[in-house]
Amino acid sequence: MTMDNLQLLQSYWWLLIAVIGGLLVFLLFVQGGQTMLFCGATPEGRKLMVNSLGRKWELTFTTLVLFGGAFFASFPLFYSTSFGGAYWLWMLILLSFVLQAVSYEYRSKPGNIYGRNTFDAFLLFNGLVGCVLLGVAVGTLFFGAEFTVQKSNLLNPGNPVISTWAPTHGLEAIANWRCLLLGFMVFFLARTQGALYFINNISDTKDFGISLRNRVLISGTIFAILFIGFVAVLFCTTGLRYVDGEFVSEPNIYLHNALDMWPLAAMIVAGALMVLFGIYRSAFSSSYRYGIWWTGIGSVLVVIALLLLTGYADTAYMRSVIDPASSLTIANSSSSLFTLKTMSYVSIGVPVVLAYIVYVWYKMNKRPLTAAEVNADSHSY
Amino acid sequence: MDLLATVNWSRAQFALTAMYHWLFVPLTIGLALIVAIMETIYYRTRNERWKGLTKFWMALFGINFAIGVATGLILEFEFGTNWSNYSWFVGDIFGAPLAIEGIFAFFLEATFVAVMFFGWKKVSPGFHLASTWLTAFGVALSAWWILVANAWMQYPVGMEFDPDQMRNVMTDFSAVALSPVAVNKFFHAVFSTWTLAGVFVVGVSAWLLWRKRNIEAARLSLKIGTWVGLAGIVLTLWTGDGSAVNVARVQPMKLAAMEGLYDGKVGQELVGFGFVNTDKKPGDDLPAIHAEISIPYGLSVLANHDPNSFVPGINDLIKGVSLTPQGDTINTVSYAERISMGREAREALAAYSTARKSGDESAAATALKTLRDNYKYFGYGYFDEPADAVPPVATTFYSFRVMVITGGYLLLLFVMLIFVYYRKPEFLEKPWLHWVCIISIPLVWICSQAGWVLAEVGRQPWTIQDLLPVQAAVSAIPSSNVVLTFCLFALLFTMLLAAEISIMLRYISRKSKTNIME
Repeated sequence: MTMDNLQLLQSYWWLLIAVIGGLLVFLLFVQGGQTMLFCGATPEGRKLMVNSLGRKWELTFTTLVLFGGAFFASFPLFYSTSFGGAYWLWMLILLSFVLQAVSYEYRSKPGNIYGRNTFDAFLLFNGLVGCVLLGVAVGTLFFGAEFTVQKSNLLNPGNPVISTWAPTHGLEAIANWRCLLLGFMVFFLARTQGALYFINNISDTKDFGISLRNRVLISGTIFAILFIGFVAVLFCTTGLRYVDGEFVSEPNIYLHNALDMWPLAAMIVAGALMVLFGIYRSAFSSSYRYGIWWTGIGSVLVVIALLLLTGYADTAYMRSVIDPASSLTIANSSSSLFTLKTMSYVSIGVPVVLAYIVYVWYKMNKRPLTAAEVNADSHSY
Repeated sequence: MDLLATVNWSRAQFALTAMYHWLFVPLTIGLALIVAIMETIYYRTRNERWKGLTKFWMALFGINFAIGVATGLILEFEFGTNWSNYSWFVGDIFGAPLAIEGIFAFFLEATFVAVMFFGWKKVSPGFHLASTWLTAFGVALSAWWILVANAWMQYPVGMEFDPDQMRNVMTDFSAVALSPVAVNKFFHAVFSTWTLAGVFVVGVSAWLLWRKRNIEAARLSLKIGTWVGLAGIVLTLWTGDGSAVNVARVQPMKLAAMEGLYDGKVGQELVGFGFVNTDKKPGDDLPAIHAEISIPYGLSVLANHDPNSFVPGINDLIKGVSLTPQGDTINTVSYAERISMGREAREALAAYSTARKSGDESAAATALKTLRDNYKYFGYGYFDEPADAVPPVATTFYSFRVMVITGGYLLLLFVMLIFVYYRKPEFLEKPWLHWVCIISIPLVWICSQAGWVLAEVGRQPWTIQDLLPVQAAVSAIPSSNVVLTFCLFALLFTMLLAAEISIMLRYISRKSKTNIME
């Protein structure tokens, strides 16, 4: 095996991480939908919303787990540094998803102790905190974080931990306006897609309070403004590139990457246009149901391209703002050639997984959900 | 950062989340099988009464499934949040099973469980049945990969140390995925879930019989639960025997601790009853067990399937065993020597690193050879004295006995139920029988938890056997932060457990007043 193989596999696995990240952002429509439960919907409307989302929440949840697992398997130094460092950021994300996982099943079950509204509030919490903080966590990739990595610490029994983080352990990222910009951008995209999913999946939305199409327009517009702001900030950001054995500071590094890797820039533009088209078409039509697919595929394309911009071309995908030499690239943080190769063979099975997910989605969503169906279902939430 | 406090609270948090997770997972795995069996009967007979029965147990499965998923999420990410050094040191090997679990097992569960719950009128009966079996298969597959990961921590194989990266790297995937410890651990754990679910179904059915409600549903469920439970406990005991042999070979210190055995001998007895002397320390003359009643040759048979074999105790292992007539797998290197070798390995790694930086390839090669020669005991270099490598004896000793005694009781329970069902069916109306079954529900959970306490406390102080002790595996987080998250999760999981039990009890009570099989 030559080093070229390792570089190829590192790039391949970063691409897979980007794809999983893109799918996760798309599937956050579940979280976005959860934030609408208290927005004027009648109890019947809320029940319909919950039961619509409740048939998909496990896909989002599982994709989040896979996102973590794939990072662990392919870029363990990131897993070690970010999760062990930004402790509170990740713990709050996990807490919100733990609450979500039980809320669908328990909310309407007799004997649930805390009442339906409590579990619905958990869903709201997950929708808001989960989306915003996942965006903040990804924001540390683009905008850097205060951490150091010193592998030789392993040789010091009194202080063996190889990575250290800012003393606020992730809270500083939550207070970082650029990370928050990304967080709220993800949140409003999720809300937009949540509304689009309801339009696609539910036949009767008269009990939902504000019109879903108005929500698409409002959330979609806010998302578009935040997206433009984020891209502007991103392209003005100074990053680090690994050149000739050392990290070199480079202003506008992501803009340079976008210009050098123009297909990625094209993906961002195409994806953004698809998202905008999905919003426009759904907001200004009274019967169009397929906006979710335009925005969904568009957002997946944009996320993939953005993550590739930050990881490819020897860019530090997580920059240490206090010790540049500790910064992470896909080359210095990856698993070994053997593991990446083994996992690449495993990844051949992914299309099969995607195929059965698509097939089951088609079977289960063939007909829009009705209140009558939910009320007749003994397992309804 | 107070390293020791952080280590202890991180351990406590991981134990908390793992133990809560294992309250729900075995019921998920075992009940998935029972539900699939019931639906198969419905599919073959097209008798709607079986469909009603399937749906009854499926609803209980769903209530439990959700909280199992929730607690599992924390566990995966805690490897990173609380054990960041570990994540780097062995992430190259350990991450792969977790990722494979996500790709293949979790998506299988997540996709088809939705069909199971909501697809009765949306897909054909055959497709629905396939979805139920795929969910059952998915949860077992998930167990496979996480137990591969766990087994690897107890018996690290298929890897080598990369001194340039200061971590271990995988060299043989099949050795990791199919190690004998992993295979045995998987079957032992999965069969134990059949036992647990069998007891749960039997217990709930007995309650229905006691209340004289849904008699037919209760009898049919009791029959299926009994057969699944009996198969489960017999196979669990069989694989438990395999576990003991594996432990004797790869973790002899754990075996010694679970017996409270300090000085081993040929034809070693097994402690049937006794109390651990908590004042006892390695090397002193105090008795290890008070009020001991022993089974002659028992431990030699358990560990080596040979009544005349030698089983080393804690003192033997610390001093190094010089005479092992049958114990050919026992390492004879003393713990003092291991500590010395571990330190030598660490110093050689430092020397290697320095030599590489200065371009002195000759010195690097020499240091590398020293490192390789001593790496087997790398983790011992973090200890000050041999006693640091001894697990908590009392917890290990008692958890083993709780597991074995409750396991033995469960075997008797299922044998009795089979006898009653086929030979003395009139006993099915006896309240004493109902209450024996109902009281067995908490006992099977105690048995299951005790098994994991034994496995995990018994391998202390290691995260990776012989290579990485807990104090070298943690994250650089102040202990106060971990205390806070520990309390947060303890409160949250307890609240959610209370909700789960309450929902289940209400559901069973409410449905019992209707015809379950309609």
